[in-house]
Amino acid sequence: MIESSLSQMGAALRAKKISSVELTQLYLDRIAQLNPELNAYITTRPEASLAQARAADARIAAGTAEALTGIPFGQKDIFCAKDWLTTCGSKMLHNFVSPYDAHVISQFNNAGAVNLGKTNMDEFAMGSSNETSHYGIVKNPWDKARVPGGSSGGTASAIAARLCAAATGTDTGGSIRQPAALCGISGLKPTYGVVSRYGMIAFASSLDQAGPMGRNAEDLALMLNTMAGFDERDSTSLQREKEDYARDLNKPLNGLRIGIPKEFFAEGLGSDVAKAVEAAIAEYKKLGAVIVDISLPNTRLSIPVYYVLAPAEASSNLSRFDGVRYGYRAPAYTDLADMYEKSRAQGFGAEVQRRIMIGTYVLSHGYYDAYYLQAQKIRRLIAQDFVEAYKHCDVIMGPTSPSTAFKLGEKGDDPVQMYLSDIYTIAVNLAGLPGMSIPCGFGDNNMPVGLQIIGNYFDEARMLNVAHQYQLATDWHSRAPQGL
Amino acid sequence: MTWEIVIGLEVHTQLSTNTKIFSGASTAFGAEPNTQADAVSLALPGVLPVLNKGAVERAIKFGLATGAHIAPRSVFARKNYFYPDLPKGYQISQFDLPVVGQGSLTIQVEPLSGNAKPYEKTVRITRAHLEEDAGKSVHGESQGVTGVDLNRAGTPLLEIVSEPDMCSAAEAVAYAKALHTLVRWIGICDGNMQEGSFRCDVNVSVRKPGQPLGTRREIKNLNSFKFMQQAIDYEVQWQIDTIENGGKVQQATILFNPDTGETRAMRSKEDAHDYRYFPDPDLLPLEISEEWKERVRATLPELPQTKQARYVNQLGLSAYDASILTSSREMADFFEITVHSFMSQVLSDMNTSAARPADPIVAKSCANWIIGEVGAQLNRDGLDMSQCPITALQLGGMLMRIADGTISNSGAKEVFRTMWAEGGDADAIIEAKGLKQVSDSGAIEAIVDGVMAANADKVAEYRSGKDKLFGFFVGAAMKASQGKANPAQLNEVLKKKLAA
Repeated sequence: MIESSLSQMGAALRAKKISSVELTQLYLDRIAQLNPELNAYITTRPEASLAQARAADARIAAGTAEALTGIPFGQKDIFCAKDWLTTCGSKMLHNFVSPYDAHVISQFNNAGAVNLGKTNMDEFAMGSSNETSHYGIVKNPWDKARVPGGSSGGTASAIAARLCAAATGTDTGGSIRQPAALCGISGLKPTYGVVSRYGMIAFASSLDQAGPMGRNAEDLALMLNTMAGFDERDSTSLQREKEDYARDLNKPLNGLRIGIPKEFFAEGLGSDVAKAVEAAIAEYKKLGAVIVDISLPNTRLSIPVYYVLAPAEASSNLSRFDGVRYGYRAPAYTDLADMYEKSRAQGFGAEVQRRIMIGTYVLSHGYYDAYYLQAQKIRRLIAQDFVEAYKHCDVIMGPTSPSTAFKLGEKGDDPVQMYLSDIYTIAVNLAGLPGMSIPCGFGDNNMPVGLQIIGNYFDEARMLNVAHQYQLATDWHSRAPQGL
Repeated sequence: MTWEIVIGLEVHTQLSTNTKIFSGASTAFGAEPNTQADAVSLALPGVLPVLNKGAVERAIKFGLATGAHIAPRSVFARKNYFYPDLPKGYQISQFDLPVVGQGSLTIQVEPLSGNAKPYEKTVRITRAHLEEDAGKSVHGESQGVTGVDLNRAGTPLLEIVSEPDMCSAAEAVAYAKALHTLVRWIGICDGNMQEGSFRCDVNVSVRKPGQPLGTRREIKNLNSFKFMQQAIDYEVQWQIDTIENGGKVQQATILFNPDTGETRAMRSKEDAHDYRYFPDPDLLPLEISEEWKERVRATLPELPQTKQARYVNQLGLSAYDASILTSSREMADFFEITVHSFMSQVLSDMNTSAARPADPIVAKSCANWIIGEVGAQLNRDGLDMSQCPITALQLGGMLMRIADGTISNSGAKEVFRTMWAEGGDADAIIEAKGLKQVSDSGAIEAIVDGVMAANADKVAEYRSGKDKLFGFFVGAAMKASQGKANPAQLNEVLKKKLAA
């Protein structure tokens, strides 16, 4: 059952071949067995999960089940969930039990899905290896000496290890796609504004976007159908007609124009990754696609631009964590300023503090124009590159990450080295475009490689079609790590 | 040596929306602490702001009422600083692109001293922008503990910034009062200064004529016009003394202490925050279409200055009367309804439906009664116009009875007192109290005949040239009529009969 697609699981549940309680228990048992080592979940509440499963079974019995009813999902610990500890991977929120549900959580709840637990993540989603979590590192199920990627590393690890049917992630600079690539699963970051950010703890508001992560494109389409939609509680949520993201899954790819940006295959790309990605592109040619050489000349600026804008927004977004109303407060302090300083110094980890300081600096009087405004201008140029590219192609493809999963601790001392691992993903967030990663083979050390598919605005259905057709022709997505 | 005073104001007006500027929590004043603090007011992780349309419409109203440019596109920015009553660690405000651009307000200034005459002045308004209010820190509830009440956090504010156009405390106070009148007039703010709905920051500097602007100090959070005047007077003197004694004024934020009447520095420029403003990525730019602007314009009442001009030009009132009658919308409404009810009774008595503009005589009589009797009674009872125990219709009805001769002016005062204390319409009171004038010429002639017969000697004296006795006859005849004789008629009959 755990290798079934979501639609197969849903069908089995509705046919009463298995109950949601049984399926949930199956996953809870796997979590109990494997999570102590993988550390993919920060919080589980088996009783709460089973109660949801019983409610789902009642709904199935009553004949009112929907596509996801009764299916157990993991939820990234960035989403506020009522009565659940919601830590965002930080000591700062070690005691924060949310009194309300994020939009994404209520969408899953309304669909009758089961919440298996809150998945581990880099602290406040700041990281590319899941090593900045206050709740410990997460291991890659393919090689437990390696990172799962980040920041949605817990989600990626849990999916790869079959500790949930699928799970949610969020992506500010690659946090869905990069861990999906490193753990050999599929993940989609939708167009900015497609999924409401309400209740999703903000890192960089203009870049943050929630999305589905799972074992295949078809599963992602079903999840996105549940997650997407206008929400008046998020002013950046887009008011669009509800669409079925699975509608084009079975379209043939004849004549599909795939843009290959030369900048994605330049210096810095691992040869093992390049080989797997090139093989995938060759497979697409077999499926009838046409390859178009394109250029995204400003992409090279995306990392410096991102590391001005994202920390700027983060430095402000994280100001609310001040020890006054909830969360961590230093046990001893002399006055108000000391309380702020100690609570934040003790409550935030090093990477978060580093970004708060960068962000504070670039917004400071006298630096704002040189950094923040300049970065905003370049951001527009980067977006413009894509507008130009889409005049010549339908989707853009390339590697998701320059390398496969690196060793735990390998890049811990060098933040810039770590930042470079997001080189292919960040421009997509800056432009607000949808992007996804699907498994396309294995590189050195037999670690998974991800193929990145970047779509035009609101072209998620086409991207899912493109991914699904590849997954019909190949079996990389159904490989599972052995020896767990 | 003379000094020139330069004053500019920043006024924070709480907008009268039922809910907060970025959430659905109530804005009602005086609730138990934190009972109106929803997830957004508490800045829980993950919550997002959603702009209250009502707050925007109030800002547009203000802009239209001051002839200002309404920005078709304005931007919300974050003003970052840490304070316990600022739950997000930043205030959502507007910085370089405010919703309301340059406008102006014309004020009537009444100099505070000497025999100087009232004059008119136009104060330029630099801008007005939308922002959210902070919560309140509550000190001293228990030993060594400061509480935080976030009920007020997120209450919509319109911050109205003037140019440094005022050059005396009188002008600053006149401007603040005119602004206070205007925001209540157009219904965007309740103007309750005790509850902090209308708070003024005053920037003061002094200079020698012709010199560049001096260094300013900002007096924060003045919540009464009296304190504003005292604070400015004190501050101006302090700055002049400082400079004349060879010192230098340092830029600073200062507080006024009403108990001592002094100002003192709160923080200097060196302590000024770097607020790190940047556009709030959680909110889209605010776009206001021409169409929306026009829809809001259609809801604007006639503005006080327009009314004032109309009262002077069409109704023939003095500028002074017109300015008093437009000091609040309630006052102006009371006046206009009084005039209207007066006029409509005239028309119905004349059996004509022909529209006729309000008569200047009618208007003057209404104005006199409202400014004189009604104003005095309200003052005595400590009431404002909205609490006036008599209605404009009742007053108009009474004035009509003066005009048609049913009651005399002195009878009217009696009617008015009864109406104020016990209620009731003029006609009923006149009837109950027997205040109706005797206007029957036969009856008046009989009274006059009686008085002349009883005072034949005085009649003779009068006829021999002692004109002064006329008053005696009027008094005696009025007394004989128990005060009810129509005075004009009585005069006429007396004159005629005494001359015979």
